[in-house]
Amino acid sequence: MLKYVVRRLAWSIPTLCFVTFLVYVALRIGTNPVESYKRINPRASPEKIAQYIDVNGLDPNYVRGYFRWLVNFITLDWPRSIKGSREVAPALKDALANTLRLGTAASVVGITVGLLLGIFAALRPGGRRDVAVNTAAFVGISIPPYVSAILFQLFFAVYWSRWFGSTLFPTSGVYPPGQTGFNLGLMIRHMVLPTMVVAIQIIAVYARYMRSSLLDVLSSEYMRTARSKGISERRVLFKHGLRNALIPVVTIAALDVGSIVGGLIITENIFSYPGMGKYFLSAFGEGDFPLLMPWMVLIVFSVLLFNLLADVSYAWLDPRIRLE
Amino acid sequence: MNDDVVVPAKSPRRMAYERFVSHRGAVVGVFVLTILVVFVALSPFTARYGVNEAVQAPPNYFLSPRANAWLGTDDIGRDLYSRLIYGVRVSLVIGFFSAVISVFLGCLIGAVAGFRGGMFDDIIMRITDLFLAFPFLVTLLVMRNMLGAITWLRPITGDLSSVRFIIVLFAIFGWMSVARIVRGQVLALKEREFIEAARAVGASRWYIVRRHLLPNSIGPIMVALTFSVVGAILSESTLAFFGYGPQAGAGATSLGILVGQAKGAVNTGFWWLAVFPCLALVIIALSINFIGDALRDATDPRMVKDA
Amino acid sequence: MPTPILEIRNLQVTFNTPVGPLVAVRGVDIDVHAGEMLAVVGESGSGKSVSFLAAMGLLPRSATVTGSALLDGQQLVGMTPKQMRSVRGRLMSMIFQDPLSALNPVHRVGAQITEMLRAHTKMSERAANARAVELLEIVGIPQPGDRAMQYPHEFSGGMRQRVVIAMAIANSPKVLIADEPTTALDVTVQAQILEVIQRVQVQFGTAVVLITHDLGVVARVCERVNVMYAGCFVERGNVHGIFEQPTHPYTRGLLASLPQTGVGRLVPIAGFPPNMLRPPSGCAFRARCDHAVEACGSAIPPLVPVGESESACIRASELMGRK
Repeated sequence: MLKYVVRRLAWSIPTLCFVTFLVYVALRIGTNPVESYKRINPRASPEKIAQYIDVNGLDPNYVRGYFRWLVNFITLDWPRSIKGSREVAPALKDALANTLRLGTAASVVGITVGLLLGIFAALRPGGRRDVAVNTAAFVGISIPPYVSAILFQLFFAVYWSRWFGSTLFPTSGVYPPGQTGFNLGLMIRHMVLPTMVVAIQIIAVYARYMRSSLLDVLSSEYMRTARSKGISERRVLFKHGLRNALIPVVTIAALDVGSIVGGLIITENIFSYPGMGKYFLSAFGEGDFPLLMPWMVLIVFSVLLFNLLADVSYAWLDPRIRLE
Repeated sequence: MNDDVVVPAKSPRRMAYERFVSHRGAVVGVFVLTILVVFVALSPFTARYGVNEAVQAPPNYFLSPRANAWLGTDDIGRDLYSRLIYGVRVSLVIGFFSAVISVFLGCLIGAVAGFRGGMFDDIIMRITDLFLAFPFLVTLLVMRNMLGAITWLRPITGDLSSVRFIIVLFAIFGWMSVARIVRGQVLALKEREFIEAARAVGASRWYIVRRHLLPNSIGPIMVALTFSVVGAILSESTLAFFGYGPQAGAGATSLGILVGQAKGAVNTGFWWLAVFPCLALVIIALSINFIGDALRDATDPRMVKDA
Repeated sequence: MPTPILEIRNLQVTFNTPVGPLVAVRGVDIDVHAGEMLAVVGESGSGKSVSFLAAMGLLPRSATVTGSALLDGQQLVGMTPKQMRSVRGRLMSMIFQDPLSALNPVHRVGAQITEMLRAHTKMSERAANARAVELLEIVGIPQPGDRAMQYPHEFSGGMRQRVVIAMAIANSPKVLIADEPTTALDVTVQAQILEVIQRVQVQFGTAVVLITHDLGVVARVCERVNVMYAGCFVERGNVHGIFEQPTHPYTRGLLASLPQTGVGRLVPIAGFPPNMLRPPSGCAFRARCDHAVEACGSAIPPLVPVGESESACIRASELMGRK
């Protein structure tokens, strides 16, 4: 197992290089970093421009440019942002920390509630609560995050304070303006709405996965064997049903990281939450190559990491799978 | 259960139809969508104002719902109800055309990959793996800019802010998930005995595709088609929401643009600007999702129902 | 005759389906005596598995069970789920058709057996483990100690079925229901599994109900045979009696469709079993029967003694003389 993980991690390095090269080319074509630099810094001297091209690896030859960028990236000699004012690493670190907090909260809430709802629905297929959960999950996947975000904002930012005279959940940022230092209570209150927006998506998706996976398992013969042993229904469900039902859910979960990140980007932007999503959209909007590339590397890396994680937990859940 | 119960024989098509109709959400979905399409197709009659027309002389902006503007007006006094009709029209067009193109491409590429196997198959599957694993929104934005920057593609893609560009962009993405499904179908079918039997009697590959592959995979393809329609409509709204969608040239609009406008209206409490476009979007997405789900139930003979 | 260990009377099972009630079992009586090996034969869909799944309380919620099933004097029909659980796996247990899908793929084989033991006894984990290894040995699994730590996918089909048997006999049940235990296995393995079942029958004094559609299997191991068709018993009696002189046209058809050396052709039974959503009146076999007369349609014929067997054919004695 350990050997497998090490080998997979070793393999992820060339993959990472290859994918970042593609991303590099795509960003060079799509955002035209040099033009963006000239647009943002209209009075930049030719020397400044040449220096910007050099430190960012923006050589007209993509391959040579990419290697220049790669060397700088690996040696942690990261260029400053397009305006020349921001260090990239601290900004990225802050954004990552904020997003991890939001993403973890939303995933924990979303996956727990989603799985529970899925189980709850599958126990009585076709019953009233199954129909209720299934319909709710459908509504959930049909509501894009920006729609629920806007409706939440409308309700909590405008009407709640108008009707009840106080703010229940703030609708922007991590802290109220002017707040300095750490304050857990305030932080949680600021996180409630964005967490809910992202979690709704996760809940809907997982409830459906879990429901159909568990239905498959419940109709399988080993469940009847388990029941024929005379053990309690609860033991039949938990000991024999759930672990089998989780196997397909786990594989899908890794593929789903992409869509959770997508939801986070949208949500952060609407709630002015200073995370990876807001970072990306503003950097993308300005064609800020120095900010964008490390962000992309991080995303590619986490996608690979979650895929590995899924494979490992898959093998851990299912003894039939051998990691080789 | 090994004591299978003998049920009266019905044609598969009839059974599929019955299963579809028994999905209540889908029936409502078909009903709602039909009404919407009729409404949108008849926009000269159903819309009360032109797309860029103010409902009355100023002051006409941010009017709440009233007799001469059923769903209220926006920041420059245009009727939200009429604009919703125009917006839904654009969104449905984008959804339909990009889904059809991507399903067509997906079937073609998936079938070839499945039949040929080898290098072509490997490369195609690696590409789809890569794209499907990456956060969709990021890929979409980067690819959008990239596609827009490639000047020699202009004749196909049209202008960066045109509806055509969006359709082409979505088609470039949409084929991947369809190709996977079709490839899977092909691989599964290749193993089946009746294909081997057809081969053995000397049926050509094209004959096998036409007579066996297509009828057998029409179900999953239809399901993929419906879900691509929703995917395209929602993606368009997402792009438009962040200002990367088709531009409202001459006041033209889409659901995404309308929802995007709501962003600014929220904190001032003009609820109608947020609620109605959002509601329209959710209703459309929900209807199509229900239809897709029912199609899946209807065409997948493996029913998971109690006994 | 001694009191049977399992006594089923007028058992009826109805499934509530989306297209209407489906009567799968239409009032069957059956006696299983302690320690005997009894066969229940019929085509798929005849209700043979359903009858015993009903007795075990293992049918889905959509099934309604009426009638009576006395196991060692205890009424099984209408038992609370909790009472039923204490019977299942302790007094009565079951072997299923496909040993691959009957075993949970994610649990070790040994653990699946100890679970059975510990559900009904206050055995320590240690003792249960030791007993599980013993059971694996009894059913003829080599190196049972190592094998107990393996997962079902590491076993061959025949070995898996042995595991299922070991599990089923863990608590020395009074009745063991073997639901097509050899159907999913290779022919060469079938005989071995039957032998294992016979051995545990003798060693544990367990009555075995062998549900099968394979008359060859029946001839080899059973004493008494019950033939089921469309949810009713159509014939029952001693194996040899029935094989030599079947009294019901359906049994005769079954025997004629059995491959035999020296006989030229197999004769299939024409037609299909009836649609149980709309069960026919009278004898269910009459639409496929060469000897049907008008009177066959009037009522479901009861089993009556004919020669050495019992038959549910109203013309049984009349047809006995003819070929």
